[in-house]
Amino acid sequence: MGRYLVGRLLQGVLVVFGVTVVVFVATRMIGDPVNFILPLSASQEQRDRLRTDLGFDRSLISQFVDYIGDVFRFDFGRSTKFTNEDTIDVVLRFLPKTLQLVIAGMLVAFVVSLVLGMLSAIKPGKVTDKLLVTLSLLGLSMPQFFLAQVLIVFFSVRFGWVQIGPGPWTHVILPAVALALPAIGRLAMTVRSAMIDELNSQYVKAAKAKGMRRRRIVAVHALRNAAIPFVTLAGWEFIRALAGFTVVVEGVFGLNGMGSLAILAIRERDFFLIQTIVLVVAVIVVIVNIAIDFAYKAVDPRVKLG
Amino acid sequence: MSDNDTPQHVPDEYSARSRETEAALHDEQNLEGRPYEVTAATKGVFRELLSDKTGVFGLALLFILGLAALLAPWVAPHGPTEGSLSTANRKPVWSGGTWEFILGTDPQGYDLLSRLIYGLRTTLLVSLAVVLVAGSIGVVIGLVSGYRGGRTDRWIMRWVDVQVAFPGLLIAMIMIAVIGGSKTAVIFVLSFNGWMVYARMTRGVVLSVKEQPYVEAAELIGCSPRRIMFRHILPNLVSAISTLAVLEFARIILAEATLSFLGLGLRFPEVSLGIVASSGRDYIFSTPRLIVIPGIAISILVMAVNFAASWLRVALDPREREKRFAANVLSGASGAGQ
Amino acid sequence: MTTNTNTETILEVRNLTVEFFTRRGTVHAVRDVSFSVRRGETLGIVGESGSGKSVTAQAILGLTELPGRVTGGDVLWKGSSLVAGSDAAATVERIRGKEIAMVFQDPMTSLNPVYTVGMQVSEVLVRHMGMSKKDARARAVNLLDMVGISNPAKRLDQYPFELSGGMRQRVLIAAALACEPELLIADEPTTALDVTIQAQILDLIADLQQRLGVAVMLITHDLGVVAGVCDRVAVMYGGKLVEEADADDIYPRPYHPYTEGLLRSTPRLDVVSARLDSIAGSPPDLREVMPGCSYAPRCAAVTDQCRRNVPSLEVRGEGRRVACFNPR
Repeated sequence: MGRYLVGRLLQGVLVVFGVTVVVFVATRMIGDPVNFILPLSASQEQRDRLRTDLGFDRSLISQFVDYIGDVFRFDFGRSTKFTNEDTIDVVLRFLPKTLQLVIAGMLVAFVVSLVLGMLSAIKPGKVTDKLLVTLSLLGLSMPQFFLAQVLIVFFSVRFGWVQIGPGPWTHVILPAVALALPAIGRLAMTVRSAMIDELNSQYVKAAKAKGMRRRRIVAVHALRNAAIPFVTLAGWEFIRALAGFTVVVEGVFGLNGMGSLAILAIRERDFFLIQTIVLVVAVIVVIVNIAIDFAYKAVDPRVKLG
Repeated sequence: MSDNDTPQHVPDEYSARSRETEAALHDEQNLEGRPYEVTAATKGVFRELLSDKTGVFGLALLFILGLAALLAPWVAPHGPTEGSLSTANRKPVWSGGTWEFILGTDPQGYDLLSRLIYGLRTTLLVSLAVVLVAGSIGVVIGLVSGYRGGRTDRWIMRWVDVQVAFPGLLIAMIMIAVIGGSKTAVIFVLSFNGWMVYARMTRGVVLSVKEQPYVEAAELIGCSPRRIMFRHILPNLVSAISTLAVLEFARIILAEATLSFLGLGLRFPEVSLGIVASSGRDYIFSTPRLIVIPGIAISILVMAVNFAASWLRVALDPREREKRFAANVLSGASGAGQ
Repeated sequence: MTTNTNTETILEVRNLTVEFFTRRGTVHAVRDVSFSVRRGETLGIVGESGSGKSVTAQAILGLTELPGRVTGGDVLWKGSSLVAGSDAAATVERIRGKEIAMVFQDPMTSLNPVYTVGMQVSEVLVRHMGMSKKDARARAVNLLDMVGISNPAKRLDQYPFELSGGMRQRVLIAAALACEPELLIADEPTTALDVTIQAQILDLIADLQQRLGVAVMLITHDLGVVAGVCDRVAVMYGGKLVEEADADDIYPRPYHPYTEGLLRSTPRLDVVSARLDSIAGSPPDLREVMPGCSYAPRCAAVTDQCRRNVPSLEVRGEGRRVACFNPR
């Protein structure tokens, strides 16, 4: 098991490395990065000086090597937008909000999709099922930003709250719901179909022959088996939310999380900040991936890691 | 094609069941006291497929939308960026506006309906291109990886695993910011992020087909690897990849819309559904239709694609057809003898 | 073979009919089948694939799944109906796993792969006998020991994938017998196992039957399996019961042509022959309801009457019933 962990960590390092390379190359290769940072009015002298300062005049490889060296010394570069703070400090300031949002949203999503999927599988074709399928489809098909906006409008107008400002609703609940709904759309359908498969299996029939109560067969026997594919998918949803959709949701609700920071950094061409954001996200993604593996093993005892 | 073509054999007691057939019929109360006499279905396969109402609806809708997009210059009442402040903020037809601007105009004076139609065109074009590019790359890589096996396979899959773990949206945003927001750029970026799933699936299919005896036989006769790949493996791929491609198509539509909405995808003067939606962003309380209507348009489009995808899945898999048949019978719809 | 001192009938199947409604027609899997099982006896139900034997077994315990449905007849357990009437469902719920237990063909898929073997045996005890988890666990150890599993306490905490096929089947038998049922239905319990293990499991069943006095309904396609274990044998063909007799009588003197054909086509090790005997033709398509005897197309003794009328099951001798116009 230890060997497996090491292997996965190594792979994780590779991932982070790969991501860094891609971003590094992308941000430096096209045009002159200095032109992005300085306003048009800057003089040639200023440009040259900045170029040397930030090391853009050296070869790509040497820049990269330097960067890696810096990272290992915990120097992630200075942010241009946040006047010379080390970028890692900036990122870590914005991270908790995002984590809070994603964890809340995904927890809701997981529980709801398990319950809904299970209920639907028990009575396929009936009301719950049809409801689930419709909601699922909607959740799947609506673009996230639209969903988020609809939620805002709906709650503000319908319930007479002109709460576009801060408050528990806009800061936590609605954004979490906006994150959760598309995930529920995808996950609930999977749970449903996995549960249906499991309920048709031989061991369920055998359990029935043993006289086990229906509730037990569904919630204990079938659910755990159905949870196996669910774990993997749920993990992917978590990552998707964290590394992607949070950007949209934070943007729409005006939250100060990593997503908003990323947009800001990109707009402002804050190179080092961008790099650090991507680095941190990649690391988190790797950790979550490994966690998924272990969760998988916890659910399915047959799995041998490594 | 009648159902009596296939050779008769004694059905095993368990073969009469197929997974979701039972699921759909799982609730025994349904049949309480009323056995169903089902006469042998004589409909052809195609006709039966058409009985999937949502699927047909989805396909039809897509067809119409596709046509509209294709013929945009003739179908749209105005150009996408044709307008001025004098035509700004006109109300839609149902709130007292004129038929000239059916869905009203935006604060820049552009007709919403026209922008939607042109936007649809761009969105469909870009998404289709991404599916084709990413799909081709992914399938080829998957074929090579699966067929060669060994070290090649291992290394390719490692690379796939690594790239799958990339935070896609972030990278897409960054790349677009750097290389600009042209259609080509967006296509490139979305393909860059999206080929892996095709590779994985293709490899999976190749691996399972490769084990089959008939492939080994072909190798023994001396067929070249390329020939084997095309003649034997490709047909098996078609059904799996088609379904995947359609689902990816839906996902890419949403991805493009999201990118454009954030301002980090296509940009003015391009028009895509996402761009149309984003321009309504600031007016959410004053003129909600500017964001609601494009949002609904995107949702309907994606829903239609999803319906078509599930239709396709059933069309390509005979077992699924059986399920649907049973579901029809049980819900009382006239499945048999139609 | 035990001699029956107790002739009380505990299970009675009367004119049972089960049909499956599929896309390609209605499959008449079980047609008007009647037989009974007495306390403590072992009844073997023999037939090839598709003869309806498994469907019959499942119908008894109310396990018929859609698109199948019991469409006629009745099953009586100690006088109460398991199929018809408003109490039937409740009765079946009550006795399933407790008074009638069932063991299925494939031990791998009959066990839930993600739970321990111990859990799957104990849960029966908890459910039916109201035992506490601790007590159930202790009893489970005894049960595993009873079915011949070595090191039972350790096995309790193992998962199905850690056990061999034979052991898994033993576990299933243990779970089935946990509440000391009066009837054990074994649906092809050895078909999925190696030949050597087959013998062990059959011995186990025979042994348990003697020790616990449980009646056994053994379903199989293999005549060899039936010979050493069963008191009585019922032969099914095309969804119908065609012959029923004591095991001692049926082997030397089969009456129905199908039974005779079956016996004849069983390869023997002591007689060297150039070709294997088989029954010409193929099993009937259960979707059709033919006018005459369903075996007619393959029967050597067929007459016109056979093709026109369906023979009913009639008593022809001591403890023997045959459905044939021209039995031997």
